[in-house]
Amino acid sequence: MQLLQDSLLELIRRTSAEIPDDVHRAILEALQREKQGTIAESAMKIIERNIGLAKSKSQPICQDTGSVIFYVDCPAALDQVAFEEAAREAVKLATKRGFLRQNSVDALTGKNDGTNLGPGAPALHFHQHRAPQTTARLILKGGGCENVGAQYSLPDESLKANRDLDGCRKAILDAVLQAQGKGCGPGIVGVCIGGDRATGYEGSKQQFLRKLDDRNANPELDKLERDIVETANRLGIGPMGFGGRTTLLGAKIGALNRVPASYFVSVSYMCWAYRRQGVALGAEGEIEQWLY
Amino acid sequence: MISLSTPVSEAVIRGLKVGDEVAITGRLFTGRDAVHKYLHEGGELPAGVSLQGGILYHCGPVVIKDDQGGWKCVAAGPTTSIREEPYQWQIIRDFGLRGVIGKGGMGDKTLEACKQHGCVYLHAVGGAAQVLAECIQRVPNVYLMEKFGAPEAIWEFEVTAFPAIVTIDAHGNSLHKEVLAASRAELARSLS
Repeated sequence: MQLLQDSLLELIRRTSAEIPDDVHRAILEALQREKQGTIAESAMKIIERNIGLAKSKSQPICQDTGSVIFYVDCPAALDQVAFEEAAREAVKLATKRGFLRQNSVDALTGKNDGTNLGPGAPALHFHQHRAPQTTARLILKGGGCENVGAQYSLPDESLKANRDLDGCRKAILDAVLQAQGKGCGPGIVGVCIGGDRATGYEGSKQQFLRKLDDRNANPELDKLERDIVETANRLGIGPMGFGGRTTLLGAKIGALNRVPASYFVSVSYMCWAYRRQGVALGAEGEIEQWLY
Repeated sequence: MISLSTPVSEAVIRGLKVGDEVAITGRLFTGRDAVHKYLHEGGELPAGVSLQGGILYHCGPVVIKDDQGGWKCVAAGPTTSIREEPYQWQIIRDFGLRGVIGKGGMGDKTLEACKQHGCVYLHAVGGAAQVLAECIQRVPNVYLMEKFGAPEAIWEFEVTAFPAIVTIDAHGNSLHKEVLAASRAELARSLS
């Protein structure tokens, strides 16, 4: 168990301090695109410097180290209770060492016991598969970007959004417009079409496990993803909402079955400080490979 | 880049306009959700905290104890400011604030208070916790820590050349309003 706990602690440290390569590349491209001498360019330069500093100092990229969300794919034989215990210990230790802020408070009293542990914290999603491999992915999702997420129920008359892909497009673009700079753009939207209110939001977050430069296997959704990024970047919201050429770094869209009566479009927003990492774990819980 | 030193005079603040990049040196106090609600409900500023001519920072930092038992700030970017919109105008009016640092912008009530009382909204780069923490030279004090917990406490920071951009000035201008209007019009064009 000690080895697993150490591995998860290292996963948390690296997730908090290091931007994954696919996201870093997209940020560098965005920096190149902004017009020289603008405040948008100035913001992107600070972002780029921040990424380097966080990595070299092994300190949080952003002080809001967010909701701690683990996604674990494992064989049926994995002891999930023991895994959760190791994850909780790792979170506690990571908080003590300053990789995570004391970031979890009692919802009713506001009390912060400084451990980052409590009902729902950290969140763990286990998924069993037939392969022998266990992988643990981690997303640290800050509150600023979480607060600008939105869920639409189509049809939406005010948006003239019907129950089709064009309606989904209008809903997603409305979420980007409403978010402006408040979610720390340039951002990434994760979208789930369908599902219920809970699985829809959950599905939208799981899109953040995809690499930014991957392609959607569904050609229609692939087209929509590209269109959303292109259209959003014409809106001129820009880094931090300062105005500028990059509003979105990416859009990732999935679909879940729905009941005939419901048609939800759930949009989660991820800030540029896109903290996502993952590891493949060996039999003793040691890290065998980094996934991003 | 315009250098600002705290405490700041009203004249200096009224000389700033939307789009100006500033570098702040001096003293900042943090205050976010819990502090704003507390002050709005008539809570008193703890002894040692003075916001007169000062700059309030919407921030919940990561601060750890160093080997000598002092505070060391390891991450300190801005938090989303709009949540303080119901309270900010009053705090500008009652405590003599000349600047509010945050991210994401604020609304009309704050804009009006800035105009009336001589204050500006300064946008720091959200998520840039390391670049901004590097500007913090010292953390002399923390207030209301027991009551609110570390992220929500009032932290006192001594900063050098802390970078921010004026996005709401004391003349009724807001970059956030401009960008919202322009992007809304562009989206309408894109969808037509």
